[in-house]
Amino acid sequence: MATLQTRASARLMMTPAVVLLLLWMAVPLAMTLYFSMLRYNLLMPGMEEWAGFLNYRFFLTDPAFFAGLLNTLLLVGGVLAISVGGGILMALLLDQPFFGQGLVRLMVIAPFFVMPTVSALVWKNMLMHPVNGLFAWLARTFGLQPVDWFGQAPLFSIVMIVSWQWLPFATLILLTALQSLDSEQKEAAEMDGAGALSRFIYIVLPHMARAITVVVLIETIFLLSVFAEILVTTNGGPGVQTTTVTYLVYVQALLQFDVGGASAGGIVAVVLANIVAIFLVRLIGKNLD
Amino acid sequence: MGEIRLEKVHKAFGTTVVIPEIDLEIADNEFVVFVGPSGCGKSTLLRLIAGLEDTTSGRILIDGEDMTARAPAKRGLSMVFQSYALYPHMSVYNNIAFPLKMAGADKSVIEEKVRNAARILNLTDYLDRRPGQLSGGQRQRVAIGRAIVREPKAFLFDEPLSNLDAALRGAMRLEISELHHQLHTTMIYVTHDQIEAMTMADKIVVLNAGRIEQVGSPLELYRSPRNLFVAGFIGSPRMNFVQGPEAEKLGAATIGVRPEHLELSTGDGYWKGKVGVAEHLGSDTFLHVDVDGLGQVTARADGEIGLRHGETVFLTPIRERVHRFDDKGEAFS
Repeated sequence: MATLQTRASARLMMTPAVVLLLLWMAVPLAMTLYFSMLRYNLLMPGMEEWAGFLNYRFFLTDPAFFAGLLNTLLLVGGVLAISVGGGILMALLLDQPFFGQGLVRLMVIAPFFVMPTVSALVWKNMLMHPVNGLFAWLARTFGLQPVDWFGQAPLFSIVMIVSWQWLPFATLILLTALQSLDSEQKEAAEMDGAGALSRFIYIVLPHMARAITVVVLIETIFLLSVFAEILVTTNGGPGVQTTTVTYLVYVQALLQFDVGGASAGGIVAVVLANIVAIFLVRLIGKNLD
Repeated sequence: MGEIRLEKVHKAFGTTVVIPEIDLEIADNEFVVFVGPSGCGKSTLLRLIAGLEDTTSGRILIDGEDMTARAPAKRGLSMVFQSYALYPHMSVYNNIAFPLKMAGADKSVIEEKVRNAARILNLTDYLDRRPGQLSGGQRQRVAIGRAIVREPKAFLFDEPLSNLDAALRGAMRLEISELHHQLHTTMIYVTHDQIEAMTMADKIVVLNAGRIEQVGSPLELYRSPRNLFVAGFIGSPRMNFVQGPEAEKLGAATIGVRPEHLELSTGDGYWKGKVGVAEHLGSDTFLHVDVDGLGQVTARADGEIGLRHGETVFLTPIRERVHRFDDKGEAFS
């Protein structure tokens, strides 16, 4: 416990950083709030006028918004399901002793280091391309009709690409959690007559619960803002099939030059992210007692 | 029933031989303690019996049935681990109930057995708590409770008291001994602490580098240790060993005298020495005496003895309590 004096001086020394961070956050937020109340289009410079909540009305009643909201939820949910489920399986596999374990563990993390734009392009042009892609070649080898991934299952394709990037992260965190499990606990369960599946359900999974919550929280924060993968592959299409809320804000601001509408969209996205955050924090609070 | 027999049990990890070859018989309802210094293979031997390690060769028979290749859960044994290995996310009740649940027992049967175990172990008030909210001794009892409910043929204890403080260790020692009398079940207990071995065991198995040095009741080992290792390991403080001319006088390469078998006198005696450190325990005093020509010898004296550092004292070994060892370290008489 700190004394009164050290606490006071600690506060004093922290002040510049806290003030800077606060300004950093507060100023853009205030500006966005202000812009969202303006009729502000880049094609009509100097014509800004007060619009009240009109921008919000237009954004929230835009049919693309509901599609975007649904797509965002599907994308986040899909990637979370695949990366956590797959991560658990991968972690269980990598926890087994086998030859070349160190090298394999190192390579498993590799996709996480590839920048999103690059990995999306690799997937788009080398793997999922309906003519030149590896999947198409595989399909033809077996005499099947190649799948036009971004045409027939665009959102699923993006979920695949993003999952591929996040699977290593989940695997790594879950693997470290798995390795911190006391081996005597597993042996005790074995002596108690628990089979492999029971041991997993009653001992391993509860032990990993904390790590799983951390993975879910961190991934959700980043997945809500997935953008590069969509821009590079489908541009939000076909139609609005892969338009997420984040992408919709981009469309408003930089394709339709509607700064006011985009700002309103941005505020809506912030509110949505906060709703998700409240749920997650409560979930974690329960798990981290 | 819980008769365990090891036949030519051999264990090696790769090229490292942990247990060269062991034959051992453990009778039903016996309290057997495996004792030895760290790394002597006592825990490995226990894990072999439990089935947590595979034997490299040899057979393990429980009640006459060959269990060498049987899964741990199918051997009918329960184990209490050094770290207790409680399941941290489950309540005490669920911890104790876990083996029954895995065996697919009825809810009402589980309830009855858990309550019964909790009553024996004084855990009834703690059934709703998590292991993290319990003290060391209570955790230990939960681990024992989890072992009891399966009604095993034998209990295996792997250094269960080493994480407890001295006072608690003494109390738990009594409780485990008491439990053995209540349950009438075979118990195998691994420890490096010879006091635990001496106080609890019906039969002590002294292990050194994977070999059995001697098997016998605590007093047998104390009275007639077979070799230097057992002589030095059993008994506290350690037996004094003397080599050279003093030993040759008795026709041995080494002689051993326990501290309690030395008579002290300030006037006259066999060996003359100077008192070094004196440890006053109240009931006893242990004197570390520098004997001329022999080096340091430990002697036990009355608790209220008035000797001080630097004073001269005479030690006389009781002749019939002197152990003689040949040049290979084997005892002879």
